[in-house]
Amino acid sequence: MRGRAPDPRFWLLLPALLVLLVTFVLPVGGLLARAFTQPEPGFQNFALLWERPVYLQVIWNTVMISAAATPVALILGFPVAHAMAHGSPRTRRLLIFLVLIPFWTSLLVRSFATVILLQRRGPLNTLLMNIGVIDTPLPLIYNLTGVLLGAVQTLLPFVIFPLYSSMKRIDPSLMQAALTLGAGPVRAFLRVYLPLSLPGLMTGATLVFISMLGYFVIPALLGGPQETMVAQMIQDQIAQLGSWGVAGAMSFVLLAITAGLLALLHKLVGLKAVAR
Amino acid sequence: MGAWRVLRALACTLVGIYLIAPLAIVLVISFSSASFLRFPPPGYSLRWYANLMNDPAWLDAIGVSLQVLLPTAFLSTALGTAAAYALVRGRIRGGGLIGAFLLTPMVVPSIITAAGLYMLYRWLGLNGTLPGLVIGHVVVTLPYVVATVGSALRSMDPRLEAAASVLGATPFAAFRRITLPLLAPAVLSSLLFAMVLSFDELIISLFVGSARMRTVPVQMWSNIRGDFDPTVAAIASLCFLVALIALGCEALLRRRNGEKE
Repeated sequence: MRGRAPDPRFWLLLPALLVLLVTFVLPVGGLLARAFTQPEPGFQNFALLWERPVYLQVIWNTVMISAAATPVALILGFPVAHAMAHGSPRTRRLLIFLVLIPFWTSLLVRSFATVILLQRRGPLNTLLMNIGVIDTPLPLIYNLTGVLLGAVQTLLPFVIFPLYSSMKRIDPSLMQAALTLGAGPVRAFLRVYLPLSLPGLMTGATLVFISMLGYFVIPALLGGPQETMVAQMIQDQIAQLGSWGVAGAMSFVLLAITAGLLALLHKLVGLKAVAR
Repeated sequence: MGAWRVLRALACTLVGIYLIAPLAIVLVISFSSASFLRFPPPGYSLRWYANLMNDPAWLDAIGVSLQVLLPTAFLSTALGTAAAYALVRGRIRGGGLIGAFLLTPMVVPSIITAAGLYMLYRWLGLNGTLPGLVIGHVVVTLPYVVATVGSALRSMDPRLEAAASVLGATPFAAFRRITLPLLAPAVLSSLLFAMVLSFDELIISLFVGSARMRTVPVQMWSNIRGDFDPTVAAIASLCFLVALIALGCEALLRRRNGEKE
């Protein structure tokens, strides 16, 4: 390798690389460094996270809310991805369009809309009461239900696209073979189809979980005090309290969990498969 | 198998409703005649759109957003396209790692990027400035450009460029005459997507903006947390309309490109 002239196309890469180094790595690194340097060098910010029940509670909340959103998104996304992978081209186009909507519309607009939808006297409660499913309005907002209903609609693309890309590579004749050989549809699904779609499932689950970890707008608008998440806490630390050290330590924890999960995913399915 | 099909169709319909319902509700409420957010509205009017057009706070916000999204989209498309080309076609040592690095702003929560940038800008004096906002938005849009253009390049036959070189084209001519035209739909769609992302970006704008430099989402945010009147629904509907047009353009670009997926 030594002695080979470096590829001149490297120069095309350089601007983007430099921009991100200065405007992304440097600031994020600076914030993380504050965790260890402010107000004085040491680990006291992490000790504080550990000692104050509020902080630990918020980190725990964040992990639990993300863990709750993941299966909901997987269950809702699975049939859609399946229809996209094995349905007619028209179905596929329609579904891709639908699933892309959250990508192209603002998270803020969707959350605001969901606030209206889920209110005590909002359309959903009115509908449910009119068709006689419930007698009194359900508490759908300013609690975990509100956060999950708001979050999952924005997270669905992260499950559906990886699932779709794994499912479209599954040969339908494999299921046919299992059925012909006497497996029931449920058994054939569990033993043949599900294992083959596992890479997509794992990728989707990881992407949903790590995206949800950093959510700010949705818990702020649709959750109650019980659903305060780390991103809100970081903002509070900076804007209200000016404690950059604690904010840095929280960011550090958030990024450590994210990086750990991505590393795990890489080990299990390989990130090349994710990028495809 | 028939029953499973029906079940699947039912599930897809429900998910579709779940994705569309909030937007439909916002659209209806934006035409409400009442000054509170009741659904269905007691009557219909255009007063919230009129309100939007007469309120300097909203007009300023729209102005700031447009001033930010144009340079953002062009900068990140230029940087991202060049980088994607180098990564996919070049033989660069550590290319895989560099590629993964260029995508990291996607997985880092924007609150962390925003707080870091705010700190850096305090030192550089960029908080509350247009360049400050643009740089922040480039960071969050760049990865999407790299991903979009990169995947288009990967699905393009590299032999076309090789043929051009064999026939005597310089690398630059091959790029300009062969690669770029074939890549144009992907480049245009990432330009559009970058604009939409920049127009929707809240958290970075919240941190590095100022009272005078507020983008539309920042103005919406303070409104939603404050008086909460249907003006927000009016601007939200307009945003949605713009997004729909963008999505339509993008679909058209894809079709013209003859993409099968």
